[in-house]
Amino acid sequence: MSNHENSLYSKAVLFAVVAAVTVLIGTIVTVFVPMFTAGMHPKNENLQPFTALQLAGRDIYQAEGCVNCHTQTVRPLKADVLRYGEYSKAGEFAYDRPFLWGSKRTGPDLARIGGKYPDEWHIQHFENPQAFFPKSNMPKYTWLKNKPVNAPETLAHMKALGFPYTEEDATALASATQLDALVAYMQVIGTSVARKEAIVVDASMIEAANPLAGKPEAIAEGQAIYKAECAGCHGQNAEGNIGASISDYAKGEPADTDTYITVANGLEGAMPAFAGQLSKDKIWSVVSYINSLK
Amino acid sequence: MNNEFHYDYKTVQGFVLSAIFWGVIGLVMGLLISAQLWDANLNFGEYFSYGRLRTLHVNVLAYGLGIGAEFGIFYYIVMRLTKRPLVLPKLARFHLWLFNVGMVLATLSLFAGMNQSLEYAEFEWPIDIAIVILWVLFAINVLGNVFTRKEKNMYVSLWYVIATIITVAILYIVNNLAIPASLTKSYHLFAGVNSANVEWWYGHNAVGFLFTTPILAMFYYFLPKSTGLPIYSHRLSIISFWSLIFAYLWTGAHHLVYTPLPDWIQTLGIAFTLFLIAPSWGSVVNGYFTVDRDWSKMRTNYLTKFFIVGITFYGLQTIQGPSQGIRVISSLIHYTDWVPGHVHMGTMGWVTMVICASVYYMIPAMYKTEIYSQKLANIHFWIVLIGQLMFSITMWITGIQQGAMWKMTNADGSLQYTFMETLVRNYPYWQMRTVAGVIFVVGMLFFVYNVLMTIKKGNDLAKQAA
Repeated sequence: MSNHENSLYSKAVLFAVVAAVTVLIGTIVTVFVPMFTAGMHPKNENLQPFTALQLAGRDIYQAEGCVNCHTQTVRPLKADVLRYGEYSKAGEFAYDRPFLWGSKRTGPDLARIGGKYPDEWHIQHFENPQAFFPKSNMPKYTWLKNKPVNAPETLAHMKALGFPYTEEDATALASATQLDALVAYMQVIGTSVARKEAIVVDASMIEAANPLAGKPEAIAEGQAIYKAECAGCHGQNAEGNIGASISDYAKGEPADTDTYITVANGLEGAMPAFAGQLSKDKIWSVVSYINSLK
Repeated sequence: MNNEFHYDYKTVQGFVLSAIFWGVIGLVMGLLISAQLWDANLNFGEYFSYGRLRTLHVNVLAYGLGIGAEFGIFYYIVMRLTKRPLVLPKLARFHLWLFNVGMVLATLSLFAGMNQSLEYAEFEWPIDIAIVILWVLFAINVLGNVFTRKEKNMYVSLWYVIATIITVAILYIVNNLAIPASLTKSYHLFAGVNSANVEWWYGHNAVGFLFTTPILAMFYYFLPKSTGLPIYSHRLSIISFWSLIFAYLWTGAHHLVYTPLPDWIQTLGIAFTLFLIAPSWGSVVNGYFTVDRDWSKMRTNYLTKFFIVGITFYGLQTIQGPSQGIRVISSLIHYTDWVPGHVHMGTMGWVTMVICASVYYMIPAMYKTEIYSQKLANIHFWIVLIGQLMFSITMWITGIQQGAMWKMTNADGSLQYTFMETLVRNYPYWQMRTVAGVIFVVGMLFFVYNVLMTIKKGNDLAKQAA
């Protein structure tokens, strides 16, 4: 074939042109054409551009390579929605340059992290993730609290992106640390979609009394779950930290069903919901453990 | 240097040695980050934390080892196949110099956290510009040689070289279009869903045109050179080449399965990904049938096994990859350690295997001597093979385990495992992976030693002759 005197393989310029056209066909169909259609530029109505502090935080998120371990897209799959919340919508990312969906979940997805925990949780967790999850492999980000945000540079970034900001924003930025900025970014991620838990529990869905009340093995399991998931906020010995003291709470002799529902549904902006990732038995075990503290 | 065609081998030699240097740095980084994954205490402050070092590991190996070796090996192949020295040898020397300066700056910039957060395109815009300049310098020499070649027909390897040069230029420039905000920071010109689509069109094809087509160019050149057996079917080479470079560019969206990217782009990506098995296996079959004429070459020629095992891993990679694109499989293994297992089969089993074999062929040829030790080369082969298999297999196991644990639900509809419970089950496998990495790196050190000793032997002989 190519041994013919005048084949494509003896004409380098023609060959290069044909090769370029060949690779451009798929490129044009799947990338260049869609780029100019409205479908590729959706925007949720209530989506706001990043504030200066949030953008500074997003810059830090990029600089620290957070995307290496954390995705920001919840797939429309049952398990993803149970674990993380409402699946990601195309219109949530109109101000994301670049997108930060990621490709690896060494740590959990962060698409619904905004508003899941109070600020103080993030502050302490960045300082020492192992205080919350003893076996976590997340690095400690201890230097962020000591480093100021580069305010003039961040404002230049805001201008480059055409995001609006006020004089007050600029002043506030000047006294912010990198940690403040990163936390501000955490708290805005995914918030243009209303927070919705896959499982929301009410009294009619659970037993009227704790079926595992007082059982030693349930108390032991409840304690193990407490250490793994709750101690970061409520203290290793239930003495309280970011969240309330659970010993004090237990002393108030709350109804088992109230404790169950609080653990299951969380508290808006203060405590995450656990109904999606703890079975009924596990939550009742936690209730048993809490009761054992009074 | 004097030789039959007065080829300028100094630049080729420089690139090979540079690639080895950057390769060792990237491999050591890889060992450190592999250990950081199971022991967070191994993160040492800002500059040596996982988020920065993982980026560095990927880029130093992709750009330093991979592309560094490709520059050198392509210059070699192109000179031989065009039967003429480089059109601008001094420019090639400058290219080598700029490459190393650029790599130093690029490495420092990633340490400093200048990171676009686009996979395989992490470098910020000043480094991007340097990379484009490097690519243009490279293209001038290579295309200059091709256009003024002394051999009428272009051999298969040259097709892959030309396709690589054109396609990488398009991919790299488009995906790195950005709004510069300062010297160290820019924002992707594309936003949200569109940003994702452009990035993975780039990301998948960066793999295709930096770690597939260049390696095929080496394979098609060095396999016949090493064995003395011509490629089995020229017709199959033609069909494989055109269908490969046509289909590749459609497939990026298989990285975005179940994301908010429009479904039709995802589905089209998956469909073309499945089609891509055919041209990939075209080259695999061509390689097998080439050696099929005389399988004793596997014993008598020490390089044959590198190429045959390399193309076998390419074959496995190109079956596994398309499988991963299928929605139901993606839903299980995407975002887990299965994927690094997949990637490292390609990089450690296919890319590095063929690059090393090509270097083993070129170095004695350029220094007019024999390889320092075939025995050491054989030891290198077996050690890296063991290390790579252990790496990939442990990652596949733990990836499936974690993907399954993420999905498992209780009778009441809640999830069976918390995220932490699924994470800690990776640790034993991650520890085994570190061991696998150490084994692989030891194997690579045998390679480095062998190459350096061969160069020394060649230089000593040249001195004696003078």
